[in-house]
Amino acid sequence: MEAGVVVKVSGPLVVARDLPDPKMYDLVKVGKDRLMGEIIELRGNLASIQVYEETAGLGPGDEVISTGEPLSVELGPGLLTSIYDGVQRPLDVIRAKYGNYVTRGVEEPGLSRERRWAFTPAVKVGDQVGPGDILGTVPETKVITHRVMVPVGVEGKVSEIKEGEFTVEDVVAVVETPKGEVPVTMMQRWPVRRPRLYAEKMTPQEPLVTGQRIVDTFFPISKGGTACVPGPFGSGKTVLQHAIAKWANAQIVVFVGCGERGNEMTDVLLEFPELTDPYSGEPLMLRTVLIANTSNMPVAAREASVYTGITIAEYYRDMGYHVALQADSTSRWAEALREISGRLEEMPGEEGYPAYLGTRLAAFYERAGRVVCLGKDRREGSVSAIGSVSPPGGDLSEPVTQATLRVVKVFWGLEDRLAFARHFPAINWLNSYSLYLDKVEDYWRREVEPAYAELREEAMGILQREAELQEVVRLIGIEALSDQERLIMETAKSLREDFLQQNAFDDADAFTSLRKQYRLLRLIMTYHRLAARELEKGRPVEELIDLPVQEEIARAKFIPEEELERFDRLEEKVAEQLAGRASEVRA
Amino acid sequence: MLKEYLTVKEIVGPLILLEGVEGAKYNELVEVEFPDGSVGLGNVLEVEEDLVLLQSFEATSGLNIARTKVRFTGRGLELPVSRDILGRVFDGLGRPIDNGPRIIPDKRLDINGNPINPYARDFPTDFIQTGISAIDGLNPLVRGQKLPIFSGAGLPHSRLAAQIARQAGVLGAEEEFAVVFAAMGITFEEAEFFIQEFRSTAAIERAVLFINLADDPAIERIATPRMALTAAEYLAFDLDMHVLVILIDMTYYCEALREISAARKEVPGRRGYPGYLYTDLATIYERAGRIKEARGSITQIPVLSMPDDDKTHPIPDLTGYITEGQIILSRDLHRRGVYPPIDVLPSLSRLKEKGIGPGKTREDHSPLSNQLFSAYARGKEAKELAVILGEAALSEEDRLFVQFSEAFEDRFIRQGEYEDRSIEETLAIGWDLLRILPRAELKRVKEEHIRKYMDNMG
Ligand SMILES: Nc1ncnc2c1ncn2[C@@H]1O[C@H](COP(=O)(O)OP(=O)(O)O)[C@@H](O)[C@H]1O
Ligand SMILES: [Mg+2]
Ligand SMILES: [Mg+2]
Repeated sequence: MEAGVVVKVSGPLVVARDLPDPKMYDLVKVGKDRLMGEIIELRGNLASIQVYEETAGLGPGDEVISTGEPLSVELGPGLLTSIYDGVQRPLDVIRAKYGNYVTRGVEEPGLSRERRWAFTPAVKVGDQVGPGDILGTVPETKVITHRVMVPVGVEGKVSEIKEGEFTVEDVVAVVETPKGEVPVTMMQRWPVRRPRLYAEKMTPQEPLVTGQRIVDTFFPISKGGTACVPGPFGSGKTVLQHAIAKWANAQIVVFVGCGERGNEMTDVLLEFPELTDPYSGEPLMLRTVLIANTSNMPVAAREASVYTGITIAEYYRDMGYHVALQADSTSRWAEALREISGRLEEMPGEEGYPAYLGTRLAAFYERAGRVVCLGKDRREGSVSAIGSVSPPGGDLSEPVTQATLRVVKVFWGLEDRLAFARHFPAINWLNSYSLYLDKVEDYWRREVEPAYAELREEAMGILQREAELQEVVRLIGIEALSDQERLIMETAKSLREDFLQQNAFDDADAFTSLRKQYRLLRLIMTYHRLAARELEKGRPVEELIDLPVQEEIARAKFIPEEELERFDRLEEKVAEQLAGRASEVRA
Repeated sequence: MLKEYLTVKEIVGPLILLEGVEGAKYNELVEVEFPDGSVGLGNVLEVEEDLVLLQSFEATSGLNIARTKVRFTGRGLELPVSRDILGRVFDGLGRPIDNGPRIIPDKRLDINGNPINPYARDFPTDFIQTGISAIDGLNPLVRGQKLPIFSGAGLPHSRLAAQIARQAGVLGAEEEFAVVFAAMGITFEEAEFFIQEFRSTAAIERAVLFINLADDPAIERIATPRMALTAAEYLAFDLDMHVLVILIDMTYYCEALREISAARKEVPGRRGYPGYLYTDLATIYERAGRIKEARGSITQIPVLSMPDDDKTHPIPDLTGYITEGQIILSRDLHRRGVYPPIDVLPSLSRLKEKGIGPGKTREDHSPLSNQLFSAYARGKEAKELAVILGEAALSEEDRLFVQFSEAFEDRFIRQGEYEDRSIEETLAIGWDLLRILPRAELKRVKEEHIRKYMDNMG
């Protein structure tokens, strides 16, 4: 093969001359270690290449070979339970072969070539098939059936179909197309920067239930929706992302650790196989794919990692699954983009970020969505995308946060003030929002409880009133408040502490079903409504607060999911105790 | 024979541009021979055709265009290591400065290391007792953690770091440990404080010191933490030791990086620091942790001074985004004579949940710390209110919280520089303080723990 030569090396950026037939985004191999890189700019006979590995030791004269193909991922059975770096190299395999450190020039396929999978056909010889049609299935893990689909561009009659144990490279079907016979394996390749195809996009409807009370009840995300979690360091972005990865009712989770801590990925790796999915009763790892390109790993691979992640997410969507794609943190991706752009000496936009930051971010989140998949059965799938944002100094006016807010529909704003008081999740309930609320409320009405939406609105109103009243207290003191207002403060406190606060590390508190969320909220609001009624009867507020039942309300979040009827008894107790005091007074 | 060039074209600050070079490699180590015959080190920042851009670790004063010689070594910057590095003092580039014998190397390690495969990591779970209540009780340090101290000019971060190094130990464990100390840009006196400290406790036998002082070449600092971490990795993963690494002061390291970036006329990120500062710092801080099946570990305590006490300044900000928490020092507490002046509310140990609890410290540790946090937060909030509205505006309850927060600072946070409190002592002080508050307010601790640990106290 003819080769180009390196003329310049500047950090992760290498410029090569005279590459034969270079195309934008082609994958190349650089130097004697054959480091992976990608062409990101072409000028005359010069190609700028971002290299996914450490470039120390490269110099002018080193050879550059083009593969002629864009950076692609391998898609097929074996993705689940894997951990990959940003360009889909399997980190477990790499450790087994090369030791504890990520060494350079390692070439390992994303999918095992040896492992055999049990393929059961879903079509027979003579069937007419087209892109997206399911040729057969493979039990990939105990909980997920992998659907082997006809690749894009293949249409015709099945002339051969197999059954049995095969590797991902074995031919399992042959399709007779107008252009000839096309052998089909269980593995496809797809360029990561190109969105995978679907039949039709639809607006998201159903909530993605995360088990996190402030999220599901106050700022819900839909299946197929987009959300961002901005917050300063230590405010709880990662813990929230992990909680969602654990408890969301997605069928598949793709978690991208993008330029963050190594230990956080280890945490997931050690914890997920031990944790049980509340929906399937099986280990969470069985539905999870991890992409780990930590902060100390090469930045160019970090840039690629979010695309690797979302392509895998789309692939499972195409099988008809609901997928959650989480990226922690998109700011690190943007910084990688900035670093490469700087080395290309592009004209910088705001704070040194390239002018195309906004379009790239928008294009990324656009790959989320609820779709009708390719294939005759018109099955439905979705990718929900949730990105952390790490604004410098916690300042939300910075470019990455702003560009993100323009495209995502849900904003969970984390605040350090809340985190300092150990109020977690530290989501600010006053400025966070969800644009899916209407749709989700319809769902609640149909599937959970007709009165849910109304209850939520009332509770939100109380939290907002609290903020105003706190101002008054701050200026004049607590005496300035009327009894009604004192009650609002009391209820708001209960909402904050007994509903919004949720300890991700407490087994009993970490996950709350929608039904229980509703009951818990109703319990708090029952107290409020009944107490307000007593106030109207002219009773002083002092009699209505500090009731013993309030301690039980505070512990109600720990009521097991199987014992929700205990809420009935608690509501009765609230009524009794509020009335009980009343009779005392009368007596 | 090393290739030697006399073709310097430009010298700008710490940067040297050379032309007509053949075969130079990115990040290659070079020797720069000054006109007076002295030799400094540098490395390749960028190569384009026959042009090579170098950074000189030595100050460039005295260099000239005509007579400066540059030799290419064909390798990166390395640290020669062997067990004998223990007890030795090196300069910021790893050359002995203690008049001791030359190190006969076991091997030479590239100071940039390689990223640890995330799959190879083992999660840090062993509680380290530092004997300092504000840390052990509320923001505990765990073996393999990277926990920086955010300080400010004139605050006692050195004394605190030294106290941690002196007292730190894992409960019930007798294992081989070592301290690696890297000074970057600090004063002679500060460095001397640590050296004396290590001497007086005989810890020097188990310490490796890398010293780049305020008047040493600034660019050398870029290599210093990497030297230290290379030594630490060798001790931890080749020799199975538990290594505590103290890096002080990361702010001067970052300033050196900024100097290079400015000289290269790179598009700056915030406050003139390069856009890749995050990634660069990560390649330092992430060199902490534990590895599966390895017996040693690396625990990092970087110390940095926040310019203007501003936590949102890029250096503390980006550090906080990488490290597993932070210990923040407060000027206000310091002024009021509280040592250690740890501002516990914004301080954080992200590995706390994994390092404490039954079997590790005690069952009540986590809930008790949450209770102390929230009570102290509320007390401080009430105190602020009292400043505006006067004591009288406070409710009876709030007054108790104010009283609590004052007692908390006085008895829990404050302690002696040589006072080594066991975790039991720390927790006992915490429970004793909670007695100030109405029992109904103790919502974050379990009733059984209250009975067991608070009521049963003498
Ligand atoms: N829901 C939660 N419950 C309990 N603690 C939490 C919760 N969320 C965050 N925390 C605490 O805050 C710390 C920082 O959270 P993390 O998600 O790592 O922050 P970020 O990713 O924003 O820097 C965690 O280590 C944990 O101690
Ligand atoms: Mg995080
Ligand atoms: Mg309160």
